[in-house]
Amino acid sequence: MAEKGVAQVWRNIRSIYNIQGNVCKTCDTHFFPPRLVCPNCRRKGQLEDFKFKGLGIIYTFTIVRQAPEDFKRQMPYVVAQVELDEGARITAQIVNVDPEDVKIGMRVRACFRKITEYGGGGLIVYGYKFEPVLKVTGHPYP
Amino acid sequence: MTRRVAIAGVGISKFGELWEQSIRDITLEAGMLCIFDSGIRGGDIDAICIGNMSAGRFTGQEHLGALAADMGGLGNIPSYSVEAACASGGAAVRQAYMAIRSGEHDAMMVLGMEKMSDVTQTEAMNTMSVASDWEWEGLGGATFPALYALMARRHMYEYGTTEEQLSLVTVKNHANAAHNPYAQFQRPVPLEVVMRSGFIADPIRVLHSSPVSDGAAGLVMCSEEKARELTDTPIFIEASTQASDTLALHDRKSITRMDSVIISSREALKRAGLEMDDIGVIELHDSFTISEIIQMEDIGIAKKGEGGKVVEEGVTQIGGKFPVNTSGGLKARGHPIGATGVAQIVELVYQLRGEAAGRQVEGAERGMAVNIGGTGATSIVHILGR
Amino acid sequence: MVGIVGYGVYVPRYRIKTADIANVWGADPNIGKALGVFEKSVPGPDEDVATISVEAARNAIKYGKVDATKIGAVYVGSESHPYAVKPTGTIVAEAIGCTADITCADYEFACKAGTAAIQTCMGLVKSGMVELGLAIGSDTAQGRPGDALEYSAAAGGVAIIVGDKKPVATIEDTVSYTTDTPDFWRREGEDFPSHGARFTGEPAYFRHVGEGAKSLLRKTNTTVDDYDYFVFHMPNGKFPLSMGGQLRIPPEKLEDGLVVRSIGNTYSASAMMGLARILDIAEPGSKIFMVSYGSGAGSDAFVIKVEKEIEKHRGEVPTVDDYIERKTYVDYSVYAKYRRKIVALG
Repeated sequence: MAEKGVAQVWRNIRSIYNIQGNVCKTCDTHFFPPRLVCPNCRRKGQLEDFKFKGLGIIYTFTIVRQAPEDFKRQMPYVVAQVELDEGARITAQIVNVDPEDVKIGMRVRACFRKITEYGGGGLIVYGYKFEPVLKVTGHPYP
Repeated sequence: MTRRVAIAGVGISKFGELWEQSIRDITLEAGMLCIFDSGIRGGDIDAICIGNMSAGRFTGQEHLGALAADMGGLGNIPSYSVEAACASGGAAVRQAYMAIRSGEHDAMMVLGMEKMSDVTQTEAMNTMSVASDWEWEGLGGATFPALYALMARRHMYEYGTTEEQLSLVTVKNHANAAHNPYAQFQRPVPLEVVMRSGFIADPIRVLHSSPVSDGAAGLVMCSEEKARELTDTPIFIEASTQASDTLALHDRKSITRMDSVIISSREALKRAGLEMDDIGVIELHDSFTISEIIQMEDIGIAKKGEGGKVVEEGVTQIGGKFPVNTSGGLKARGHPIGATGVAQIVELVYQLRGEAAGRQVEGAERGMAVNIGGTGATSIVHILGR
Repeated sequence: MVGIVGYGVYVPRYRIKTADIANVWGADPNIGKALGVFEKSVPGPDEDVATISVEAARNAIKYGKVDATKIGAVYVGSESHPYAVKPTGTIVAEAIGCTADITCADYEFACKAGTAAIQTCMGLVKSGMVELGLAIGSDTAQGRPGDALEYSAAAGGVAIIVGDKKPVATIEDTVSYTTDTPDFWRREGEDFPSHGARFTGEPAYFRHVGEGAKSLLRKTNTTVDDYDYFVFHMPNGKFPLSMGGQLRIPPEKLEDGLVVRSIGNTYSASAMMGLARILDIAEPGSKIFMVSYGSGAGSDAFVIKVEKEIEKHRGEVPTVDDYIERKTYVDYSVYAKYRRKIVALG
């Protein structure tokens, strides 16, 4: 019996795992998700693959308290639009932070998380979420 | 050679959780009511156009065009559905307008309906999500209310719109619906109750959000000549316009306005040769109260960022300069998705005919309806006049 | 010389205190002292071995300044792979930018699947079959509610990139010691593992770690005094110290690796996490002796020397301590919800 959603998810793996979109060389606009046609240039556009750095700031956000079944375990969760450094905006959950601490303008980085699963026996969909940038220390010698 | 298009009759079912009625039942009810209201003979209807978002997912039934013609005993006339998410109703009105105006048909029935209460809450939420960008917004957990919440928070951030202002829209709409016998909710709701209701997606609360509803509405639309044969109070469609914008909210240049609304409302006023001051009564698409505030700014009855303030000042109440949602809007009248666009027209017709007892705008000569799909990816505007 | 070209770790943000678990079951809340585990890491509802492995691997690549397209082998070792059948390795490989020209498989050997992967990568690199090999040990271990192991079963991952060009630490030698010893197991279809209680001590952990250690000391003709740091698999905070006592290792040489006290037993990542912490702080020239342990049973022992090259790489990615310090506490009810112990929720 064919399982639902397999091909649909697989087609997007490269984009979803690595925030791979494209850039139009004609008007220098970055797109995520990748587009087939540049909306600014249409047939004059030249689209090339582009891998985003995965860094950006929170443009707006909300705290979801009513969700469909497969998201109930994560409630309350934060959904935001992140403005990526390269200019495109992306919709994603914000994790590794208390909802009360989320602010517009917060600097975030992309991380790899489970997005959803098609039931207990079905496919697991992985993809991007964003988290506040983490402190990094270079250890001094003891 | 184009001609004027008029509405000769209207009909609307009660909106709510209609457990006893199937989608066939509500479709037939609205159809019969508008036919009787217009006085037209069934045999004189040339075609049917239906606005419906997702009967396939909500009820398992598609092909509603054939279903409606069949259930109404209307024979072999052409009958089909159009879909534009929550603007499906408005899209159906527009289809009939174009067909009659161009001379293709003389009289058409327009029906909008949705039966949402037969599925689980999760299925309903997921189905509503497909009005947005399912793959890139919905799949990751951005529910439909969450997307409007993103707009609300940004509007509060850029313009200082307050939660109280969001809640005053609810208070006004419920107060209006108390006089609307077809509304899902017919009791006023005090401000404190609205502001204490639980969050769906912060800052949007349960009482800022339109409900899940069943319901249907219908119109009999004809050429001017045919309409005058049927009624002394034909209501004319003076403009019917539509505009699109990006499907996903994250692709918009700004999320505190809806370009589709700005473009379609301006074009409608231009075609009708009118200004906003000429419009006496307005139906806006308050799927969430923030949407009503943003539309007020987009159609020009409030300056950019001042929609909330204008609500506070009472401008949009019955008796104010620009009464909005005398029917109760989507919030209080209910929002069976495909029916809404048609229900907005029904309310304007009642108002312009002077038949909106208890919520009548005195002397209203012209009305405007704005019907929106998704988070503003589609906007359909109609201007009606006596 | 083959060695570690880059390494990275990941520990989830949530923690639960062993005292809070004890209170639910009516046990002594001071159990933390007895076990040597005071709190353990808890994966969030959207985290699993695949997501943890990807985060650790991305850190390793950034640390090692490695071109992911040069990785020729990817092995993920775990006892909590998200799928019973479908490799975690391919998900990781795709997410870190590997080409399709790689060999890949998932490993299982209780808590030593990750170190087994290191040995495989060493062989592939030494033989010239691949330029770089990625070995990951990663787990989101489950403890049966109310069982002793519930206090320590934790989540975390460590990724090690093995290569022979300018390693930050060379792996001078490795041996293993393997027998059929049924101390801890889980049958297909069972939610939680079973174990032999006290049998998991002497005949299992101590025999295999001890024999593995002695075997490597013999092979390299060295003694305990030749090493600056020791790290053993950490099922709790007591066993490694006990093992150290049996081998006459000065306890201070074990201290820096004992991450189990703050994050619990990360199973396949356990010994590797201790190693990573030592690599975060050790001076070039230091020698590290690591022995992992996997139930069933076996141990992998390694001699690792820190090179001067390591100074050029520190400060790029979060350290083990950065992840340990980034924490938020949850109570048992949220822990049970996240770890799917509430059956009705599915």
